[in-house]
Amino acid sequence: MSDKCAQSRRNFLSRGAALTAAVAIAPGILLYDFARARPVGEPASGKVRWGMLIDTTQCESGCDECVQACNRENALGSDTGATAPQWIRKVDLEQEGSGKKLSLPMMCQHCAEPPCVEVCPTGASFKRADGIVLVDKHRCIGCRYCMMACPFEARSFVHEPVLDHSGATPRGKGTVESCTLCVHRVDEGRLPACVEACSKSGHQAILFGDLSDPASEISKRILSVTPTHLRADLNLGTGVSYLGLESS
Amino acid sequence: MFVGMPMKVWRFWWYLMGTSCLVWTMSLQAAVPPLDLDIGLGGHCVDDPQYMRLNHMKLLLKQRDETVRQGIRGGKYSLAKCVDCHASKVNHSVLGTDRNFCQGCHVYASVKIDCFECHSSSPTVHTLRRQAAVESHKE
Amino acid sequence: MTQPSRSPITVRLTRYFFVLFPGVFLVLAGAWSAFQMEEHGHVITGMNNQVVWGLPHVFAIFLIVSASGILNVASMGSVFGQPVYKARAPLSGLLAIAMLAAGLSVLMLDLGRPDRVVLAATTYNVTSVFAWNVLLYSGLFATVLMYLWTLLDRTMGKWTKPAGILVFVWRFILTSGTGLIFAFLVARQAYGSALLPPMFIVMSFAWGMSVFLLVQSGVLWWHHLPLEPAILKRMKNLLALFVLAVLYLVAIYHMTNLYFSRQAAFERFILLDGGTATLSFWLGYVLLGTLLPIVLLLTPLSARVCNVLMASFFVLIGAFSFLYTFIVGGQEFPLLVFTGYKVHSSFGDGMIASYTPSLYEWLLGLGGLGVAFVITVIGLGLFNFLPRDVVEKASVSG
Ligand code: SF4
Repeated sequence: MSDKCAQSRRNFLSRGAALTAAVAIAPGILLYDFARARPVGEPASGKVRWGMLIDTTQCESGCDECVQACNRENALGSDTGATAPQWIRKVDLEQEGSGKKLSLPMMCQHCAEPPCVEVCPTGASFKRADGIVLVDKHRCIGCRYCMMACPFEARSFVHEPVLDHSGATPRGKGTVESCTLCVHRVDEGRLPACVEACSKSGHQAILFGDLSDPASEISKRILSVTPTHLRADLNLGTGVSYLGLESS
Repeated sequence: MFVGMPMKVWRFWWYLMGTSCLVWTMSLQAAVPPLDLDIGLGGHCVDDPQYMRLNHMKLLLKQRDETVRQGIRGGKYSLAKCVDCHASKVNHSVLGTDRNFCQGCHVYASVKIDCFECHSSSPTVHTLRRQAAVESHKE
Repeated sequence: MTQPSRSPITVRLTRYFFVLFPGVFLVLAGAWSAFQMEEHGHVITGMNNQVVWGLPHVFAIFLIVSASGILNVASMGSVFGQPVYKARAPLSGLLAIAMLAAGLSVLMLDLGRPDRVVLAATTYNVTSVFAWNVLLYSGLFATVLMYLWTLLDRTMGKWTKPAGILVFVWRFILTSGTGLIFAFLVARQAYGSALLPPMFIVMSFAWGMSVFLLVQSGVLWWHHLPLEPAILKRMKNLLALFVLAVLYLVAIYHMTNLYFSRQAAFERFILLDGGTATLSFWLGYVLLGTLLPIVLLLTPLSARVCNVLMASFFVLIGAFSFLYTFIVGGQEFPLLVFTGYKVHSSFGDGMIASYTPSLYEWLLGLGGLGVAFVITVIGLGLFNFLPRDVVEKASVSG
């Protein structure tokens, strides 16, 4: 029963993956496959679905360029204490049994059906038309129910007054925050800071693009591989997916 | 205690209260000096200044919701723009002293602002870059 | 006045304020710590990005669940027509209001932005269980107030039963709603179980009954009225039954978890090596909060009034311990995102989180108890909430 349910609710991403065998596309990642900003005055469009494909085979353990870029962009500081914000983090994995080692960046997975949005009492957590999951900090009352609901621990609570306002994203004490997919950059037609930093560091681990556009590099790439969605059992339709991760 | 008081006493009481209030308000107006604001760069506001004085809060609120929730960028009434034009040339901020643009007027009108708990009160690299991006799109 | 106390009014007032004072002191301490948390942020508490709900939630949920359970006394009187309980319905209504108000204050003051709490009503998200609960809580206030009105105003007497039924239904939904807050968290091993709503309902019975027994004896003692042994015996048997029912459901909850292999590691943590969480489960909940009260209530020991009261007290210790394990322990265990991998990160992936409540959280929680106490004492001072049968007997014999 749950399989059927999964099938109907799963987003086009996985359906694309099912077709994989038939369509083979030359490998190779073109990073800047979109460069057009949305015109001024126009709302985000539901025809677009932003997402990321993370290739763990390209990601190096010990490299945290993406994390640093995020911290710089949003003025998060580099503290990793228990109350410090971390919108993106590096997770090191070791497969039980085989001992195979992996490293990957972990952040808000920008679900199609985000649990945080479902539980938020005020509607502060919301999903933008183009699939980006955000916190409207003007509405957040800081109840932290979304943090309880998130399967990925992707959210941080601002535990202290924010003194450094030089970041691109306004942040303030008592509200919850998480990866915005660099919505301010995406709206200008630029890549998220982590994606840019990863490619600059010589790794090409994060591919960003429009999952709804069949011509986009990310859509084409997804047709030729089988990406893993984290906690696929929950049928969240995550916008971020991973390569090289064996789901069990 | 007050129940048995004759009407005359009551009327006198109210008269006394009324006059003292009037005198008090007048004295307040005399005591507060006219507002002397540091308007920073100044120049042409995005709309009629008097209109902005009366309505900036509503305009900002509306645009804030449209930008955050719908993703509409480049609107006319942006808080970052207020800051860019009105940050003092002395401390590069709209806050700090009771002469600074936002703080000064809000103290004068005794209305609390909490915009700057989260938003920057000085022009930042990001607002400048955002402006540049918007400009280049207009062309 | 039916109060048999014959001391002059000044003496009575002095004594009254003497009782009120500790409550007011607690409320002030709680308010001070809430103010500190507002000023400095949650960094001064023990909470962090892994354990996001701490001690204040333990207190708040205890207060809210007990509030709903206390109404059981009223329901048995007004809905099921048992005279012993009916005589105690006003006190039960007052206590419910007091504890609900207290629980909600703690919950609200623990928000990151308590100043914006009104947004929960103005920008309402219909899919959120939290938002449903906002409605349920305010609705319970209204229904209980209405019910109290029908009890205290003789001309409204005929409405007591319908109002009682409304309260009965409402609190049932409310406690389920509180359970659902957790049951909807499917991503977390500790929660997301369909057993939680019924478990919370049964818990509310046990905890509410204990609070009621303790407060009732305190009130009667204060008025130099006797505690009827026969009545106490009936109530204590019911309490024992509730405590056993809770134990049963808690056992089932853990057993079903053990059955799912995904949850096995979590259960191992809670039951064996969870440190404080494990200790508070076995020592606090099982031993002190369940077995000891059962011995005190179901053996000849229960013939002594003080043993019954002790049992009630320990049930409450058990309540706090259980909630601590459930709420804090449930968050300390890391989320399972990558099955089949050992994980490590800077954000606590794969690691047991740690949580030590700070003074501020204790004061906020205790302040909540203070709010409940103050409302109760003020209510008792203004209206006649005493168990009516006891009062009538005393005035006949006195
Ligand atoms: S903390 Fe803020 S965003 Fe999260 S559920 Fe509560 S109100 Fe919504």
